[in-house]
Amino acid sequence: MNFGKHCKRLALTTALAMSTLAAQAGELVINTDASDPAPKAAFEAVVKDFEAANPDVKVKINTFDHEGFKTSIRNFLSAEAPDVVTWYAGNRMAPFVNAGLLDDVSDVWAKEGLSDKLKSAEASMTINGKKWGVPYTYYQWGIYYRKDIFARLGINPPKTWPELLAACAKLKADKITPFAIGSKQTWPTGGWFDYLDLRVNGYEFHMDLTAGKVPYTDKRVQAVFDRWDELVKPGYFLANHPSYMWQEALPAFVKGEAAMYLMGNFAVAPMKEAGLKEEQLGFLPFPSITPNLPRSEDAPTDTVHIPAKARNKVDARRFLAFIARADTQSKMNGILGQLPVNKQARQPDDTYLKAGFAMLSSAHALAQFYDRDALPEMAKAGMDGFQRYMLNPDSRNEVLKRLEEVRSRVYK
Amino acid sequence: MFPTPIAQTGMPVRMLYGIALPLSLLIWLLPIIGVAMTSVRGQADLTAGNYWGWPTHWQMIQNYTAVFHNTPILHYIGNSFLVTLPTVAGAVALSCMAGFALGIYRFRFNLLLFFIFVGGNFIPFQILMVPVRDLSLRLGLYDTVMGLVLFHTAFQTGFCTFFMRNFIRELPSELVDAARVEGATEFQIFWKVVLPLTRPAIAALAVLIFTFIWNDYFWATVLIQGDHAMPVTGGLKSLNGEWVAQWQLVSAGSIVAALPPVLIFFLMQRHFIAGLTLGANKG
Amino acid sequence: MTTTSPPSLAAAHDAADGWWARHQRALAPVLFLLPAALMFTVYVIAPIFQSIAISFTDWDGLGVKRFIGFGNYVELASDPDFRTAMFNNVIWLLGYLLAIPIGLAMALFLNQTVFGIRLIKALFFFPFVISQVVVGLVFSWFYDPTNGLLFHVLRALGLPPVAVLSDEHLVTYGIVAAGLYPQIAYCMILYLTGLNNVRADLIEAARLEGARGFSLLWHVVLPQLRPATFIAVVVTVVGSLRSFDMISIMTQGGPYGSSRVLAYYMYEQALSEYGYRMGYGTAIATVLFLVMLVYIVFVLAQIWRQEREL
Repeated sequence: MNFGKHCKRLALTTALAMSTLAAQAGELVINTDASDPAPKAAFEAVVKDFEAANPDVKVKINTFDHEGFKTSIRNFLSAEAPDVVTWYAGNRMAPFVNAGLLDDVSDVWAKEGLSDKLKSAEASMTINGKKWGVPYTYYQWGIYYRKDIFARLGINPPKTWPELLAACAKLKADKITPFAIGSKQTWPTGGWFDYLDLRVNGYEFHMDLTAGKVPYTDKRVQAVFDRWDELVKPGYFLANHPSYMWQEALPAFVKGEAAMYLMGNFAVAPMKEAGLKEEQLGFLPFPSITPNLPRSEDAPTDTVHIPAKARNKVDARRFLAFIARADTQSKMNGILGQLPVNKQARQPDDTYLKAGFAMLSSAHALAQFYDRDALPEMAKAGMDGFQRYMLNPDSRNEVLKRLEEVRSRVYK
Repeated sequence: MFPTPIAQTGMPVRMLYGIALPLSLLIWLLPIIGVAMTSVRGQADLTAGNYWGWPTHWQMIQNYTAVFHNTPILHYIGNSFLVTLPTVAGAVALSCMAGFALGIYRFRFNLLLFFIFVGGNFIPFQILMVPVRDLSLRLGLYDTVMGLVLFHTAFQTGFCTFFMRNFIRELPSELVDAARVEGATEFQIFWKVVLPLTRPAIAALAVLIFTFIWNDYFWATVLIQGDHAMPVTGGLKSLNGEWVAQWQLVSAGSIVAALPPVLIFFLMQRHFIAGLTLGANKG
Repeated sequence: MTTTSPPSLAAAHDAADGWWARHQRALAPVLFLLPAALMFTVYVIAPIFQSIAISFTDWDGLGVKRFIGFGNYVELASDPDFRTAMFNNVIWLLGYLLAIPIGLAMALFLNQTVFGIRLIKALFFFPFVISQVVVGLVFSWFYDPTNGLLFHVLRALGLPPVAVLSDEHLVTYGIVAAGLYPQIAYCMILYLTGLNNVRADLIEAARLEGARGFSLLWHVVLPQLRPATFIAVVVTVVGSLRSFDMISIMTQGGPYGSSRVLAYYMYEQALSEYGYRMGYGTAIATVLFLVMLVYIVFVLAQIWRQEREL
């Protein structure tokens, strides 16, 4: 009896020990760049739900500064890897995939039937025929414009290039800068290049170009800059844009000194915070340039991945499956104010998101964004070059020659 | 004294000096006064474009509360202390010993070693960046306070050894000889004879190194990634990224971040300047 | 010594003591130097050679290093961004040197004994104590083309506004001006201390001989300030070649890379979001190091001469 009691106690302690062990084994470490309030809240919500659904897993989130994350990810992927990491789709994940730092998660896709549910993002998650992560949100790009200013000057939202140029001329004549832009961080210039190229040459060419298959000195790239000239040369962009970050260019738009802003949908929240009402703020898809070209859009997709060196890949896969679910994505994107990738998810009620959803779901194809589609070094040189061109359009040929040098070196 | 002492000049010159002195100080400190004023401004001032005029809305309490409540600035400052204090202790300790060895003993390669320490001081950080980052990664010290402390300690040892060696060499050598005659061991000479005499040098070095390390930004960006170990300089940079256009909050943060070295400077001004100007008055 | 120890132990102790006593003067410097030398070797000396080795490879920091000989240096030779960075370094160097005469002028201005001068001197020195991050932030607000003080001042004077930080020709000068702010304070304090030790008798003698103003400064005071000038030149040159913080805070090298210097360009190539070219980065660092080495040798030669005089 005494012996039996002893045994029981032993069993109990072992069980206790086991359970603490299991709790340790069931710890899931997630590194995110969700440092801004909305993404942070969205991740906290999804983790809470995930823990509720999987009581044996304890999640630990490490939040990194959004910009700093882009450099730090390289370090922790190769040194002390977390179990799940946030990143971006397209070529932006290619260096990690090629260096063998991410886990192939095609099994998760197959098991959960994601090829159907996440169809619009499937291509951008595939490299070498395998899937390398799960997308959970994206958002549209387009032109946000001041409805009140357009109405006052009798401008209709432009649908074609000549209409856009006419609108710009009218605004400029009224001493209003047509386009706000801040290029201290150069990526907003990438948005301009993307859209002009997508509208002039189309998605297929744009993908070939960003994949390094076409020289930057190509006639078709020149054609993009011919259109760009028509905006830059008459001074249709905010002066001194390299002095501002994109947020710092917002006041000009809010005060009505500028009437349009080519941006991602994340700009809507700060625009509203700064005092713009929905009746003042309109959204329009980028006008067409080459007639009858199928319309494609920029829709940067945010993703989660499993590092190859992750310790707890079992629970990491459960998390990926969880974040791919329609209800999870509905909830997250409700908080993020963005669009769910899962097509069964609840679609948004927000005016601008609805417009974005309509635009993206009827698009011919989706690009990620210049700095995600092109390789990092190319993207850096490209956006520096676009900035330089926008400040001084006469430097066009010099810029393109330089970009071609970089291209031929980077894409060997 | 040069130039002519103001007391020996005529009344107009004295008056002019009396006006010019505070005026030039005001202009010189304008950037810092600007930050201080911005840090107490209300949002309304900034919205109205009143960035440089007299604040019409005072929000000192709100701004500073916001900085402490909504941002990890206290945490950053804590990290800065965790990096700075051990570095000061480590670099001073190592350089006292090395300075003693180089300043007291005559041996071959003494001057060569000394020159290596001095020369190491002047090299551009960038030549060290990739290998030091790599080394820290391999030691598991990347992105930790400890990794930063070790590097700073090593690097500052160069300057500190230069400083201590010169100081110790100036001490009268009779003291050491007398101690030897009395049978003191070499360690006793170091601990009981030389070290007590170097107190002013240690104070000067400590204050100086504190300021250098506190204000370091480059190595913080190279060796630290996450908020958990980020010192206040790097922290301020990322706050600036988050609070674009909210100058009043970034200003309040800057003031808070600058406070510790400023306090140390004013409290220990004499030591600080003694450290900085070592060698500026002898030749 | 220890009378209580058993004889055999005491003997051993004595023997050890004896050996130590005989050799301690030779060994002590080695032992005292060891920790500092070790740390300095691991973190400063060895990395220099490692960097030079890496500069002959193509390495992204993740995969394997591929030896490419002088490939990186050949590329540097035709890299326009490298040339821009080099040129900007020259601007930094020349611009930074202005801190020396300005610092001297301020020191002369402040070298008086009036009420409160100690506090005033301390306040003048203030900019050196605060972080370059803060100075950089303040100056970028100063230059802000919509709300900056510069904008308001220019408008008040009826001059056209200038966006200093978006102009490829002005941007480096704008940042150098910000960098000068703490550097002038530094040089000023060096000269103030130097002036304390200027020999009053020599000045009086010169005054009696009729030397006044600038000629007195040039022929009598400045020669006595030579040590201060030497240090001011050393720290200013080193500071100008190290310039990184201000650029990172104020422009991140922009617009389109026109404010990069070698130190920043190296960082951008080796460690930034868009580039992980460790080999190329270390090649840039090696060039910077070699430039600095010439200077280091010059400084060490000066110190060597001083040592010999002692």
